[in-house]
Amino acid sequence: MDFELSEDEGALARALRSICANRFPLESLRSRELQPDTVDRESWRELAEAGVFSLRTSEDGGGLGLGAAAVSVVFEELGRALVPGPLVASELAASIIGMTGGTEGNAGSPLPAGGPLPAGGPLPAGGLLAGQVRAGVALVGQIHLGDSWERAGGSFPGSGRGRDGILVEHLASLDALVVVSERCLQVVDPRVVDAEPVDRSLDPLTPLWRVARLPEGEEVGGPEHSRRWRSEEVLLGAALCVGVAAATLDMAVAYAMQRRQFGRPVGSFQAVKHICADMLVRVEESRCALHAAALAIDQPGVGDPVRSVAGAALLATRAALACSKACIQVHGGMGFTWEIPAHLYLARSRVLASAMPGAGELEEVVASRL
Amino acid sequence: MDLRYSAEEEELRRSLRAWLAGVLRGLPQKPRPDDWDARRRYDMGWQRLLYEAGYGGVDWPKDAGGRGSSPVEQLVFLEELQRARAPGVGVGFVGLLHAGPTIIAEGSAAQRARYLQPILAGEEVWCQGFSEPDAGSDLAALKTRAVRDGDDYVVSGQKIWTSHAQVADLCELLVRTGTEGSRHRGITWLVMPMDAPGVEVRPLRTIAGSSEFSELFLDEVRIPVANRVGAENDGWRVAMVTFAFERGTAFVAELLESMELMRLLAASAKESGIWDDPCLRQRLGSLAAELDALWALTRRNVSEASRSGVPGIGGSVFKLAFSELRQSMADLWMDIEGRSALVWGEPADMWVNSLSRTIAAGTSQVQRNILAERVLGLPKEPSTRTLEG
Ligand SMILES: Cc1cc2nc3c(=O)[nH]c(=O)nc-3n(C[C@H](O)[C@H](O)[C@H](O)COP(=O)(O)OP(=O)(O)OC[C@H]3O[C@@H](n4cnc5c(N)ncnc54)[C@H](O)[C@@H]3O)c2cc1C
Repeated sequence: MDFELSEDEGALARALRSICANRFPLESLRSRELQPDTVDRESWRELAEAGVFSLRTSEDGGGLGLGAAAVSVVFEELGRALVPGPLVASELAASIIGMTGGTEGNAGSPLPAGGPLPAGGPLPAGGLLAGQVRAGVALVGQIHLGDSWERAGGSFPGSGRGRDGILVEHLASLDALVVVSERCLQVVDPRVVDAEPVDRSLDPLTPLWRVARLPEGEEVGGPEHSRRWRSEEVLLGAALCVGVAAATLDMAVAYAMQRRQFGRPVGSFQAVKHICADMLVRVEESRCALHAAALAIDQPGVGDPVRSVAGAALLATRAALACSKACIQVHGGMGFTWEIPAHLYLARSRVLASAMPGAGELEEVVASRL
Repeated sequence: MDLRYSAEEEELRRSLRAWLAGVLRGLPQKPRPDDWDARRRYDMGWQRLLYEAGYGGVDWPKDAGGRGSSPVEQLVFLEELQRARAPGVGVGFVGLLHAGPTIIAEGSAAQRARYLQPILAGEEVWCQGFSEPDAGSDLAALKTRAVRDGDDYVVSGQKIWTSHAQVADLCELLVRTGTEGSRHRGITWLVMPMDAPGVEVRPLRTIAGSSEFSELFLDEVRIPVANRVGAENDGWRVAMVTFAFERGTAFVAELLESMELMRLLAASAKESGIWDDPCLRQRLGSLAAELDALWALTRRNVSEASRSGVPGIGGSVFKLAFSELRQSMADLWMDIEGRSALVWGEPADMWVNSLSRTIAAGTSQVQRNILAERVLGLPKEPSTRTLEG
């Protein structure tokens, strides 16, 4: 057993961090605030070149043939850099739909495998892997994480549909829209979707569209594929959350070091130190939970993937929300200004959390696997 | 202990209810949050209506133009306003709750005559120019300099986070008149007309995307010595009078509004089926219990103020608890809304704005220090001790 990052995993993380720093520096992200298209194709292709969308696709299928652990390392970096765009859906579309072969790492895992899908469907694997095709997602209804899990009385709020119909992120940037329902996976041409742009979305870097009714698309997978999509979507969302939490921790510590009141850095006050220390605990806990969940998918027998994915998602969303809030608190009045990017992390945490099952549901999943 | 209101208090309630029922029907549309001129007109228009009906300053003393009501009557007043969903104080906040009470307590006869009536009548808007870029929690570090020149102070420096500065006529300004490093002992409290030459207001954008506060740049602004409230270099004490008011009944309207929100959330959760989620239901119950307790604490505070004339420690306890509670309520509302909360609207606005509560008017960390040190008598932290002397 060696739970440290391998040399390759560490190199992957460093490579991603440097690409994010070069391609997505905060200043250039901020110039796209409140725009309908937050990420240009050139940058997307660069992410693809770094392997972001081909990590889990088998080497035969033109991918890197890596497992969930590698993806979670990469997605933490994307979350940390606040990279906008349909990251999770594009990665999943490549590894679940675009794939021409099954995931190697998934064999024998208790997660629904889905199995290989036919090549040449509506989502060309090559385009996804190369970053030429950007895929988004619309979740319809509820898909429960635990296969054996029966809801403990009553229903949990569906993650997809709000009062406003279905909200689709980044619609204007999409080449394909994957509609995920309990019954199947479908691919819809985003250009034929009757959608209304939302005036202003909470996250200035996540534009939204309201869709009252989705057209029928081409069916590309069954219930097993939907369940697999949902589980991995939750895992990748958790990874982005860990990144967001880690970034806000760094920001808070840097500010506490630099901001002086009463003739000394505010970080010298125990009240501020304790806020930062609590953030650190949340980041470390959720990152370890995330990696353990990823390995539970990659390495059959090391853990219960359903339980650990739900647990990691619970801790990671909590960490992102709590840390981005704490980061604003450490910044005092500055944290409450638009100019300081702390609020972008706060809003992103909400976006990520809203794509997850609610905390109550995740807790029930974990409890049901005890 | 007795939670029942007296006959006179109930009488006030009845007459208020009758008056509100009539007056609220004729109110104009609520302005958009970013239309500052309209906001000023709306808030001042409402204050004018209160004033004309004799409710302009329910808790202000009679000789200051107020109604001279007891704190309990003030509570009844706020309760009825909230129940009827009447407008809040809005941009009248600093005048009615900070600057006015400070001038009542510390101003000269001429200052009381000049400034108090326009506040009550909804004619003048005030803002608070205390904080500076390097003097937030450490307010005594403020550097904005005032130099005496004949009958004027010449003031230069920078203020920040000045709420509603863009619509204010007057500013309660803290300036440095003592030597550099004189801290609390070298601060003076001035009334600065916002249209004086040399005052520049630059709105700042908040994380909610609005411009609730501004930066003030002061370049050799001449302020008559007659605008000084209290003695030169005694401004710290004068300002603390303001803070005592800030922690009295200032949040009653919002507390009652929060209790109403809990009722609405419960009703909408039942309608949408979310009520079946035990976790959300329990969170609602837990927050409602805490709000009930804060309502009880408010009545305890008001009773204490009625008996002794000054708000007790309860105000600081309230500020700390309520600030964090508002954030938990907003979190819950966002969770209940789920994906819909990603569309900017009331829940998002409350959620994002709730973050200022643990920062503005003394951060929660500083509030905890105050409770621990001033109320519980625990030793001061070394860093603040050396500076406060
Ligand atoms: C919405 C809003 C409206 C405002 N309106 C006004 C206004 O109208 N007029 C006005 O004058 N000001 C106003 N303020 C300013 C407000 O009073 C200050 O922001 C506040 O006092 C904190 O100061 P700071 O922002 O400089 O934070 P800092 O003092 O720099 O604090 C940074 C962090 O350090 C912590 N910290 C600082 N000192 C200590 C300590 N001794 N012990 C433990 N922790 C500490 C804080 O809790 C915080 O987490 C407003 C602020 C906001 C957010």
